Amino acid sequence: MSLITAKGTGIRLGGRTILSNVDFSIAPGEIVTIVGPNGSGKSTLLRALLGAVAPSSGTVVRKPGLRIGYVPQKLHIDPSLPMTVQRFLNLPDRVSKKQVRAALEQAGVPEIADRQMTNLSGGQFQRVLLARALLCNPDILVLDEATQGLDQRGSAAFYQQIAEVRGAIGCAVLMVSHELHVVMAASDRVVCINGHICCEGTPEVVATAPEYRALFGTGTQGALALYRHDHNHSHDHGHHHDHHHEAAE
Amino acid sequence: MLDDFLVRAALAGLGVMIAAAPLGCFVVWRRMAYFGDAVSHAAILGVALSFGFQISIFAGVLVMAVGMALLLNLLSSRGHSYDAALGVLAHSALAAGLVAVSLLGTVRIDLMAFLFGDILAVDRGELGVIWAGGAVVLGLILSRWNALLTATLNPDLAHASGINPKRADLVITLALAITIAVALKVVGALLISALLIIPAATARVAARTPEAMAIIAAALGAVSVLGGLWVSFQLDTPTGPTIVCVAAGLFALGNIAQAVRGAAR
Repeated sequence: MSLITAKGTGIRLGGRTILSNVDFSIAPGEIVTIVGPNGSGKSTLLRALLGAVAPSSGTVVRKPGLRIGYVPQKLHIDPSLPMTVQRFLNLPDRVSKKQVRAALEQAGVPEIADRQMTNLSGGQFQRVLLARALLCNPDILVLDEATQGLDQRGSAAFYQQIAEVRGAIGCAVLMVSHELHVVMAASDRVVCINGHICCEGTPEVVATAPEYRALFGTGTQGALALYRHDHNHSHDHGHHHDHHHEAAE
Repeated sequence: MLDDFLVRAALAGLGVMIAAAPLGCFVVWRRMAYFGDAVSHAAILGVALSFGFQISIFAGVLVMAVGMALLLNLLSSRGHSYDAALGVLAHSALAAGLVAVSLLGTVRIDLMAFLFGDILAVDRGELGVIWAGGAVVLGLILSRWNALLTATLNPDLAHASGINPKRADLVITLALAITIAVALKVVGALLISALLIIPAATARVAARTPEAMAIIAAALGAVSVLGGLWVSFQLDTPTGPTIVCVAAGLFALGNIAQAVRGAAR
């Protein structure tokens, strides 16, 4: 059965209709990306799927006992608060050193457990947040604009990491992003919303759909092709970087 | 042993520091330094209240400190900037307190003792109140340490972990009010937030984890209390301000040491 299912879901907040009649589901192991312009209700949909917002019509059903690993947008830590990566991953519940090491390794940053959180680069910081989400051994990873503040190369590398994690532990991945071409390339399915679901399907289908082009223009398709090309190959890490450099140019 | 006023003073100072050190770390992390100042200024109004209604000073100050904290949250939630709300309330509370004390007329109050503390005059009963209050504050903070820390780190992160960040705010505010009520006798209304903030800010230089910072802050606080007592005894200076001066001296030393170490690297 699917992990999260929304049927005819509508959400009204403060008298305004944010979303109407959304049908959505995500299957185990699937990577689904929600895209949409600012104010389209994509973050609200994500919060409704997580259970943070109650739908005002329709239903949202999560599989009983579903373990969700949530990766937030960039988190600010006050510089007056000393915090090692190791300690951060132990909040609020203690986990073993072994678990911390395993999670950091999976997130692609095995050597930084003793570093201060405030001294990490943007990319390392997001990977620590990813490691934190992995600690609960999730059935599904949920990422809400998780690469804000990273440059295009950093974002692409981060999503590549997500794809590797999915390959390793087989969790589903649900993400919201505005970085269409970067995110879409790594997705099995893309859902384009603007108050309702405009179109959905494989990245190629959505990128060529007239509804999508009406919202985002045609400019992103060229970039998508480049990244798609990147996605279809399996590169070693060093080569991967060079490749994205070309793509970014 | 408790007959010696110096021993009582030392124990009173240490009792306050036990509570003030870990709480002070939260005050620093949450950027509540000026909040602590505003709430402690309300203590003078609490003193006037205690004399007016013939209740214990501890109770009067506690009530006023809690009331002040709630009023601040109310004002800032009604569209005033937090900064302006603090500025208005901190000074009005102090002024109103001084006016209220003078209106009491018949009662003679040693105002200086409440503004700057009178640690050498702590009696056995007050010592008991200080240690009981300190123990309550320490218990409040330690029993909820991880939840408070998570909420301080990031409210959204707390929500996602099933922790209510509003409850953390309330615990910190209540702990702050109790600390102010017990510390009034030791350093006075004007210098209480110095005891909260200076040892914690000094500890930040050396600490790598939140727990280490709280422990180092407690040690620095204890050194400040004992050192301040000794210096004030030698130089015949007012004890409360001397304790704060020693704490400030340690802060300067800590930062100079860090700068030297940084330059040598």
